[in-house]
Parts: sequence; C-alpha cells; structure tokens
Amino acid sequence: MNKSRTLLFYLFILPWLIGFFVFTAGPMVYSLYMSFTDYSGLGAANWVGLENYKKLFTEDPLFWQSLWNTFFYTIVGVPLGLVVGYLLAVLLNTKVRFMGVFRTIFYLPSLVPTVASSLLWILIFQPDFGIANSILSFFHLPTSNWLLSESMVKPTLIIMSLWGAGGGMVIYLAGLQSVPASLYEAAELDGAGKFHKFWNITIPMTSNVIFFNLIMGLIGSFQIFTQAYVVSSGNGGPNYKSLFYVFYLYQDAFKFFKMGYASALAWILFIIILVFTLIQFKVFGKKVYYEYDE
Amino acid sequence: MEITPAKPTAAVKAKKQRSINKGRKVEKALTYLLLITLSILFLFPFLWLIGTSVKPENEAMAFPPTMLPKEWDLANYKEVFTLVDFGQYYMNSIIVTVCVVIGTVVSSTLVAYGFARIKGRGRNFWFVLLLGTMMLPPQVTMIPVYMIFSKLGWVNTFLPLIVPSFFGSAYFIFLLRQFFKTIPKELEESAYLDGCGPFGIFWRIIIPLSVPSIITVALLSFMWTWNDFLNPLIYLNDDSKYTLALGILQFKGALLIQWGPMMAASVFIILPLIIIFFVGQKYFVQGIATTGGKG
Repeated sequence: MNKSRTLLFYLFILPWLIGFFVFTAGPMVYSLYMSFTDYSGLGAANWVGLENYKKLFTEDPLFWQSLWNTFFYTIVGVPLGLVVGYLLAVLLNTKVRFMGVFRTIFYLPSLVPTVASSLLWILIFQPDFGIANSILSFFHLPTSNWLLSESMVKPTLIIMSLWGAGGGMVIYLAGLQSVPASLYEAAELDGAGKFHKFWNITIPMTSNVIFFNLIMGLIGSFQIFTQAYVVSSGNGGPNYKSLFYVFYLYQDAFKFFKMGYASALAWILFIIILVFTLIQFKVFGKKVYYEYDE
Repeated sequence: MEITPAKPTAAVKAKKQRSINKGRKVEKALTYLLLITLSILFLFPFLWLIGTSVKPENEAMAFPPTMLPKEWDLANYKEVFTLVDFGQYYMNSIIVTVCVVIGTVVSSTLVAYGFARIKGRGRNFWFVLLLGTMMLPPQVTMIPVYMIFSKLGWVNTFLPLIVPSFFGSAYFIFLLRQFFKTIPKELEESAYLDGCGPFGIFWRIIIPLSVPSIITVALLSFMWTWNDFLNPLIYLNDDSKYTLALGILQFKGALLIQWGPMMAASVFIILPLIIIFFVGQKYFVQGIATTGGKG
C-alpha cells in the first residue's frame, strides 16, 4: 500500500468522490442547517431553531396524515408484494414448461413506467365506465369508487403496486435456483414432506434475498410519490388520503416554497428510514443466511 | 424388542407408486392452472391498454366497456402527435436518457475499478460510505441540490438531469465492482509485466472482459432514466422541455381525459423498454440477480 497506489486509487474514484461531496455530503449538511431556518427559496434564511420540528409534530395535521398514509401503504403493501413475488418465483421454480414465457409475463409489468401504469389503472378503476366495476357488477358484487374513494384509494394503490411484483420475483428466482439440490435430497431421505422442505430449507436458504428485498422494498415504499401524484392530479386527494410523505414534502418545497420546513420533513424521513433499517438488521440480520463472505 | 415392519409386497409398492404419480399429476395440473390464471391477471392490463388505444373516443368511454374493440382504429396513434408535441417529448427523453447512460457507464466503470482492484489507503472507509449512500433517501439532498442548480441557472434545462450521472451511481458502482472482482488477477499482472499502465490495463483488459455487465448497467440506467418522473417534474417547466413521463400527462386535462390518444402514447413510451428487455433479457436477469443475491 504505497503512496502512488493510493494516489491512483483516488484518481479512479475521483468522479464519485467529487459527486459525493457536491451532491450528497454537502447538501446533507446544508439541508440539516436549512431545517432550522424559515428559508422560502428567495431572500434570506432566518434561523428559527426547532420551530419547524415543533410545528410539524404539534400543529400540522397533514404531517401526521401523510405519515399515516405512508405507514399504511408500507406495512400492508410491502409484505403483500413480497409474498406475491415469492409465490410467483416458487411456482416458476417447480420445473414447469414454458418457464421463460411465464417469467416474462410476470416480469413485463415491472418495466412499465410508473406514470404510464398509473394512467392505465385510472382507466381500469374509473367508477363510471371502468372495466373493474363492470366486471364486479356483472357478478353482482359491490362496486367501488376506487381511486376517488377516501377509504379505497390506498388499498387501490396497493393493488396497483402488486402488478409490479415480478421485479422482486426475478431476484427470488435467482435465490431459489442457487439452493443446492442435495439439501432437498437429504431431507427427502429423512422423509420430509413438501411443507417441511419449504419451511426448513427453501425459506432459510433464501433468507438473504428476502431480507434484501424487504429492506429495498421498505426504503422504496417510504418514498412513494409518482403513483399518488398522477392518480390525484397532484393534490393528494380525495381529502389528503393519498398525500404520502414525499408527496407532502414535494408540495411544501416546490409548490409552497417552504424550503426550510420541507428540509425538516426530509430529515425526519431520513431518521425514520435509518431506524427502520437498523431494526431490520437487528431483528432479522442474525437469522439471515449468507453463502459467501468476503 | 423392536418390531420390524413387514416388508411391503411388490403389489403394495406399485400401488403406492401409482398414488404418488397421481398426486404429482394433480399437483402439476394445479400449478399450471395457477400459473395460467395469474398470467391472465398480469396480462390483462396490457390488453386493456392496447384495446383502448385502438378504440374511437365514444367507445373508449362506453358503459359497459367493450371487451374487444369493435373495429381497430389507428387514428389515436396519429393524434398522439397532433394533440400535443409528442415528437418533441420523445426527442427530449432520448437526449436525456442517452447522455445519462453515457455518463453513468463512463464514471461508474472507472470508480468501480478503483474500488475493486486498487488498494489505496482509505479504500474500505470510502466503500462503506458508498454503500451507505445507497440507503439515503434522495429527498434529503433534493432541496439543496435544487438550489445549486438554480444558482447555476440550470433550472428548465436538461443539465440537472444529466450532469449528476457523470459522478457515478452508487448502485452501479457496487454492481460493477462485484463483477470486476471476479476477473482473474493474473491477466492484469501479465499485462503489467508487458508494460501496460493502470489505465491501459483498465481499457484493454478490464473493459473488454466486462462487456456483459456494462450492458447490464447501461440497460438498467436507460430504464430508470426513461421512467424518471420526480426530477423532470422539479426541473423542467416549459412544455417544450418535457420528457415523456411529464408530456403524457398533457392528455389529462382538468375535466377531460383523452383516453384513446393517451393509451396510444403509453404504447409509444413502453415500446422501447419492451424491445430493450427482449434484446437484452439475459443481461437484465443477470444484473438483477448478481446484486440481489449479494445483498
């Protein structure tokens, strides 16, 4: 590890290093500072101490509403997406014919840009002439206002997100295929049944992939924005029931120009994600099986 | 004394085998039934998208909706380009995406090579930081970064969307580093003995051997940029600067949504992604699997 090698190393990583300071570390510090000011995008930033944070927690019903919306979407949507993605992968891993065709069919929806898929789902869930209500009423089942209903808008967004579950499926499938067949053979010799093998071999052996998807899923879910923006035409309706956290942050920063306030929101989000990630590492981290270590 | 179970006779064995076979067959049938049902569910929105895109306006909003279009009418596909400046949006998306892909590939390969192969002082420290930034929600830096670009006078240009990509993307650096580490060191050592410098080794040995993973990175970054909504929304104000993700919302008026043209526009937006997916399928799966598996 001599000097010229070190110099060479920094030369290679220079683009990232500059980017790290200019676009990540610097802005982080600055955003923390701004969260203690009343900066509006124009003019001077006045130091207001903890005022923004105090206001958020005590006087801002939309903060709590957006936080609740996001928690609901995450707590219900992420595990559901995980189960669907895993199920698809397990089905495909049973040596079926046309596996490639099925895999493509399940994966394709996750390629569709969120804006395009959201518009498509608006059409499908149209209360008046949408196909969803049309099918339901054909079977004499109760219909819904879906995205225009206060109680249904979040569940509908979760249904929409499940269409993209194939993205996770590909990762699970890779994990499932790397489970050594010898493990199953050994279990069969011991007379293990299907369920037993699934529970005691398949799931533990793919726990690292599940864990990865869980963390990535949670981080992504906390940042849900585009779908909600498109289906509510940018206002988070009906009655703020689709106003998710980042959506509210965006509105504060770029619609109402409350940059200081929005920075406080951003830091709270950062802390929430950090805490959640650490909890996951604490709870699941030790139980996760890693095949390779460096 | 232990009781030894009676040895099953050949007939009993055969019977048992038959019932196992029967059970397997039922199970197989159920698996296919489930797969086909799910396939229909997953494909249905696509069919609905294409169906609506060829329906005339009155049919697109009829109740009950017609399952299959009564007649195929391609007028919507023409109207996409006359109702709004869709050609311009398309061009904008192509410019932004191509620049971002170039920026990402060039910077991320260089940085990844540094992390994979050059043992400089502080390497582990920076690598941990790099991994840490992958967990950082971009909203934390969004506002100050916007202020930087605003100070530079870059708002309402493509530069805020393109320039950051030239500083590497943590996810892709990680992906490429994992790959570079699998390249045998002997190749570099012999090139070094032949008088090749570090950049020569990078350019002549590493890059040619890493074409598949570089394609993976290019494809994924193409897809993410093409689909990006939040950044164009923040930075682009003029209609003429819109990328596709913003432009398609132009079909959605305050009161009326032009469903037919909008779905036709969606087809135009999705098409390049589908083509790219089919052409580069193996790179996609590989890229997702390598990073996912090592998470």
